Amino acid sequence: MSGGPGSAGRRGIVREGIAVGVATGAYGLSFGAIGVASGLDVWQTAALSLLMFTGASQFAMVGVLASGGSPWSGAATAVLLGTRNGLYGLRLAPLLGWTGWRRTAAAHIVIDESTAMSVNRDSAADARTGFLSAGLAVFALWNLATVVGALAGTALGDPRDLGLDAAVGAAFLALLWPRLRDRTNRVVAVLGAAVALGLLPFSPAGLPVLAAAAVAVVVGVLAPRPDPTEVPGPDDLPAGGVHR
Amino acid sequence: MSASVTWVAILVGAVGCYVWKIAGLSVPARVLAHPVVERVADLLPVALLSALIGVQVFGSGHSLVVDARLLGLGVAVGLLVLRAPFIVVVLGAAATAALVRLL
Repeated sequence: MSGGPGSAGRRGIVREGIAVGVATGAYGLSFGAIGVASGLDVWQTAALSLLMFTGASQFAMVGVLASGGSPWSGAATAVLLGTRNGLYGLRLAPLLGWTGWRRTAAAHIVIDESTAMSVNRDSAADARTGFLSAGLAVFALWNLATVVGALAGTALGDPRDLGLDAAVGAAFLALLWPRLRDRTNRVVAVLGAAVALGLLPFSPAGLPVLAAAAVAVVVGVLAPRPDPTEVPGPDDLPAGGVHR
Repeated sequence: MSASVTWVAILVGAVGCYVWKIAGLSVPARVLAHPVVERVADLLPVALLSALIGVQVFGSGHSLVVDARLLGLGVAVGLLVLRAPFIVVVLGAAATAALVRLL
């Protein structure tokens, strides 16, 4: 990498990616602790970070379990929340230009951070560097932090005494917060919560959250204005790291 | 719930999430790049996250209750307005609920 005109910039991109990974690690600690508080064991919590590897979906899975929902409704909610990664992949495909096994492997680290650090680059090489450095740094630190958080959560005792049940709602709110700048999103948020709370007394646990997805579908189909997917850029990653 | 059911659900959920990722990288852009698909995909996290907040904060089995969790959420709102990082928001809400239960 030395000597080329782009190598200094390349090193800068790698440093940014590692910084994003470190920031995300702190968030992984909370996922690990909340995972075991929801009733999963350390192995299951760690497996979610290793195999599912997309923050909001993982939090949704453990959140549904924590409120008494079945593992199936948890998995369904997680998969619904994973749709955005598909749209990120659409934007990334022409930038990265990978096929075959490289594409198969790269898909696992298509998340907010790797997308944010690779769109808006000047060249395919820089886009790949940004994608890989952020994606791999987040993957390594997110998984490490999950295990540490899960072990700590197991050692700490009753999750309610620690307020971990309140931490779950706060984690979801922090993920939702940046999206509330948009007016349509605010309406959908209020309707989604209303549908879920309205159904809660009458339906099996886990179902109220899934039913709220219908709000997104109805508003998405009926809303007349074009609203292209907002792909996160480097400026959209706050200091704390967002891994939604 | 049995541990094996949970394991299978974890694996199914993980495969489902991976399918979105690889589909985005693999399918021709025109298949998914429909305005309605994009809008629904944008709105899904909003509806699901706010539903999860509601259920997490007010749900207790099949009833709705107001307890220390709501105070935790209020503190989280304040910290987000102050642009606190994620971990501070989460810890602030947890500490608030824990303190309220101690009192």
